[in-house]
Order: sequence, then C-alpha cells, then structure tokens
Amino acid sequence: MNMVSHEPYVTEDGRTIGGVLMELKNITLRFGGVVAIKDISFDVREGEIRAIIGPNGAGKSSMLNIISGFYTPSEGEVWFEGHKRPQMRPFRVAQQGIARTFQNIALFQGMSTLDNMMTGRITRMNAGLMAQALWWGKAEREESEHRAAVEKIIDFLEIQHIRKTPVGRLPYGLQKRVELGRALAAEPRLLLLDEPMAGMNVEEKEDMSRFILDVNDEFGTTIVLIEHDMGVVMDLSDRVVVMDYGKKIGDGPPEEVRANQDVIDAYLGVSHD
Amino acid sequence: MTDQFLYAVEVMINGLMAGVLYALVALGFVLIFKASGIFNYAQGVLALFAALTLVGLQQGQIPFAHLINAVLGTEVTHFGWHLPAAVAIVLTIGVMIVLAILIERFILKHLVNQEPIILFMATIGLAYFLEGLGDIMWGSDIKTMDVGLPQGASVWIEDNSAWLGGDGFYGFFVDKLDIVAALVAAVLVISLMIFSQYSKQGRALRAVADDHQAALSVGISLRFIWVLVWSIAGFVALVAGIMWGTKSGVQFSLSLIALKALPVLMLGGFTSIPGAIVGGLIIGVGEKLFEFTIGPMVGGATENWFAYVLALVFLVFRPQGLFGEKIIERV
Repeated sequence: MNMVSHEPYVTEDGRTIGGVLMELKNITLRFGGVVAIKDISFDVREGEIRAIIGPNGAGKSSMLNIISGFYTPSEGEVWFEGHKRPQMRPFRVAQQGIARTFQNIALFQGMSTLDNMMTGRITRMNAGLMAQALWWGKAEREESEHRAAVEKIIDFLEIQHIRKTPVGRLPYGLQKRVELGRALAAEPRLLLLDEPMAGMNVEEKEDMSRFILDVNDEFGTTIVLIEHDMGVVMDLSDRVVVMDYGKKIGDGPPEEVRANQDVIDAYLGVSHD
Repeated sequence: MTDQFLYAVEVMINGLMAGVLYALVALGFVLIFKASGIFNYAQGVLALFAALTLVGLQQGQIPFAHLINAVLGTEVTHFGWHLPAAVAIVLTIGVMIVLAILIERFILKHLVNQEPIILFMATIGLAYFLEGLGDIMWGSDIKTMDVGLPQGASVWIEDNSAWLGGDGFYGFFVDKLDIVAALVAAVLVISLMIFSQYSKQGRALRAVADDHQAALSVGISLRFIWVLVWSIAGFVALVAGIMWGTKSGVQFSLSLIALKALPVLMLGGFTSIPGAIVGGLIIGVGEKLFEFTIGPMVGGATENWFAYVLALVFLVFRPQGLFGEKIIERV
C-alpha cells in the first residue's frame, strides 16, 4: 500500500478509503515553557479509522483538543475539507461537522439519554428562535425528524432500555456508549474519540470495538481515535500515528508501526510513567 | 358558612395572588440559575431597573437629567412627549436586551469556568451598580406606573360571592390587578416551559447549565446562550416590575422583594419553573393565613419571618426543593 498517494483505494474488507479529509501541518503546542506537541504533521483520509497512540503524557489528548478547537496550536496549520481553518472556537468546529467524545466523559448528567442525544442534533436544527415561536407546526415537524434520527442511533447502539434514564445514574460503560451516541447524532464528517475504551472491562471493550467498526462501516464515518491499548488499536485502525514526548515517532499501517524500533522502545524500553 | 371561615377563604385568595407576584420574581432567578448555575442576586434590581426605565420612557423623562443639568447648567427634565404604554414596553424590552449583551460582554465573558461563588459575587456587584445607575438615570423619587392595567376591587366577584355569607359579609375582595398578574404569570410559565423543553435553544440552555465543555463540543455557543437567558430574565423582570410597580409604585424598595424570592426558591427548587410558581403560591398563602390565624396571638408582623421559617423546615426534609432535580451522588 503506498501511503504517499492520495488516490482512493478499497481495503481488504471492502471499505473505500477516499482522499484527504483533514491535514495537520507542522503543529506545535506550547503551554508557557512546556512543549506539549512538537512539529507534528499527519493527515486523515476520508472513511478511514486513524489511531493516535503513545504512552501517558505523549500529547495525544492535546492533539485531539487542537483538532476539535479546544486548544489553538502555537504554530502550524489545520486543513479541513481542503481549506485552511482559521482560529476557531470549539462550537464552530462542531458546526463544521466534527464531533467528539471525552476521556473523562462529558455528558449532561441531569438529562436523560434521549435528551443528551438530542443535543447532538443541535448543529443540524435550522428553525430560528422566532420561527419556532411563530410557526409552531414547522418546528414540531423538525423536532420529530430529529427524534427519528436519534432513535435510529439508539437502536444501533442497543441502548433502548435506558432511553429515559438520567445518564448520571448509568454505569460507566453505558455512559461511554451514550456519549458516543451523542457524537453520532450529529452525523459528523469526522468523529474524534478520546480513549473510548478507557476503564472498561474486556466484554465492554469488545462491544465498543464492534460499535466503532460498525459506525465506520455502515455510516462511512471517518474516525480519529486515541487509545492506550496497543492490541485494540492494531485490530481497529487503518493507519496509526505514534507519539512520544510530544513528537511523532511512527506513522503507517498497524503492522508497519508494530515493527518500528522507535515504537517498540517507547512502549517496551525505558518506562516514562 | 360562618363569616370567620369566609374571611379565611378571602385571606387565602389574596395570599394566592400575592404568591403570584413572589413567583414572578423567583422565575427570573430560576431561569438564570438553570442556564448558568449562577444565583443572580441582581434579579430584583433588574425588575426595579426595568420598571424605572419603562416609566421614564413613557413619561418622556430625559435620562441622566440631573447629571446633565449639573454639568451643563441646564434645566432639562422632560422631552415633553408621552409614549403609549405598548411602545414604551417594546422600547424597554430593547433596553433589557442591550443590558443583557453588556452584562455578557463586560462581566460573564471574563468569568468563564470560574467558581459559582465568584459569579455570585459579580451579580452582587452588578445589583448595586444597576441600582446606582437607575438612580442617576431616572432619579430617586417614587413614581406611579400606569400601563393601563385594571385596578381596584373586582365588583363582579364581590357581587357574586356576597350570598355566601350573612348580612355582615359583602363578598370576597379581590384586586383586578392580581387577577391580571395571575393570568400573565400562567401564560409566561407555560410558554417558558414549552420553550425550555422543546425548542432548540431551550435544550441548549439546559445543556449549558449542565456542562460547559460538553455544550461546546456539540456546537453550542456559550455567549449566545448567556445573552439569550439574560434577555429572558430581563423580560421576566420587566413583567414583575410592571406588576409590582402598578401595585405599590416604582420605588427603590422594589429591589428588596427579591429577598422574598429566596424562600420561594428554597421551597420550589432552584431549577424548576413550575416550582417557582408553586413555591410562590405556598409562601403567599402560608404567610397570609399564618398572619390571620396565629398573628394576633403573637403580636402580628409574622409576614416578615414566616416565609423563611417555612423554607428552613422544607430544607431539612427536601434539600432540592419540591420540584428540583434530584441530587444524585455516586460514591
């Protein structure tokens, strides 16, 4: 497989990987004197599952925060859908079709599963404030369309039984699933998952892996995910970026990355933790 | 039916009506608390400021007249026109929206992700600033508000309830203004509930109250939501200001009625719109009935403290209030 070429190709399991959806060029991120990310470049292609891995403190989450607009890079450019992205607030990034989940789950604890997922549709709701007040019928119809879309995702994630439960009462694994559902409800062009399997048991991990693969396969959603667990990443992803101490030490298909000596050192060599 | 019982019923009805007015102020608190977790100490002053602005605009008062006269040595007080109530109300709504934008721009924007106590302190500062601003802009004398709301006893109710009692009973005394206030409050609450449950902005508002970071990640602009919620709170304050102002004149003690909203909120729950209404009604009826039955035995003036004691008792048994969201604590 030639990674330099950006021609679309079909994977072994029959999915089509398209052109470049997002490109990060020479990203550097500093917090005061600390360099969290140092001159990292990589791209994400349409339809692929792209993983970012690395030991603790490698700068993976910072990278995701840059993509989703929570951090502004000190240097470097973010290109999305062929355009250079200006400095942008997180809610604008979301409106552009980039949805995300958080490492420590950021759900609306007091709302039900259904309401949480409906907030995911906010970027897709068009009726303005006045229109909603004056033209009730239209707003109502729009609401039921969004509701139908959300119900489909609820079915997909097999969480029908907790539709009306306030998410604060749900066990951890299910909360993670609801958060994925909220991100999916936006029908994103790009889905960012920050450690979707952190803190899960083996069974929950298997479920989550299956959902991630199905999302990619059925909806054709492009996914960037951060994961700690090498094994999981190798099974899921098309291409992997490996980070260590804020630098990129490897980039390529899983089998290639696994054989990379720097990567082996970072993971098995000197402990950084 | 004995006259004593009928008087008690009348006291209760008037308590309900007073409760509606408490509820109107409490409603403003709930809205802001729901959307940003801030206890907005300035809500009462907001009502005062709205009422002052409305009267000032209606009567064609020149804002900052004292200041202008002092600086320029002129003698201006009025523009000389008299605006219809409807026009003045629309203009006042505009002023409240501008105020909301300024509050967001100069206060809230700089306090994102700060502790609630910091935001609370900011609203205390805002309250006194607005009180002073209202004074400088419109002067400190007591003004009468007249936006054409009916006032005085409802003769219809009196006539149609007189037969209930004996010769000494002339029917229930109910102020027409109170009936209007109750109707307005009902419409306001129903529309606010529909708005917050079913509209896009309402859902965004609840989302922002719950988690800022998550709200941003689903594409909600915090700044827009804050301006929106402060505008609505300003509008509710205007409604409360009109009702209170018509009843007892536009005066600076109006900002103190905000304190009566506190026990209402403890009762109803800080996060519930219907809670604000029910809490207001319970407090209104409770304090009037208490004054009527127990008051004479303890020398009266129980209305000053009864509401707070009632709220305290409630806090012990139901800290989240009657309708507040259940406090979930996972260990």
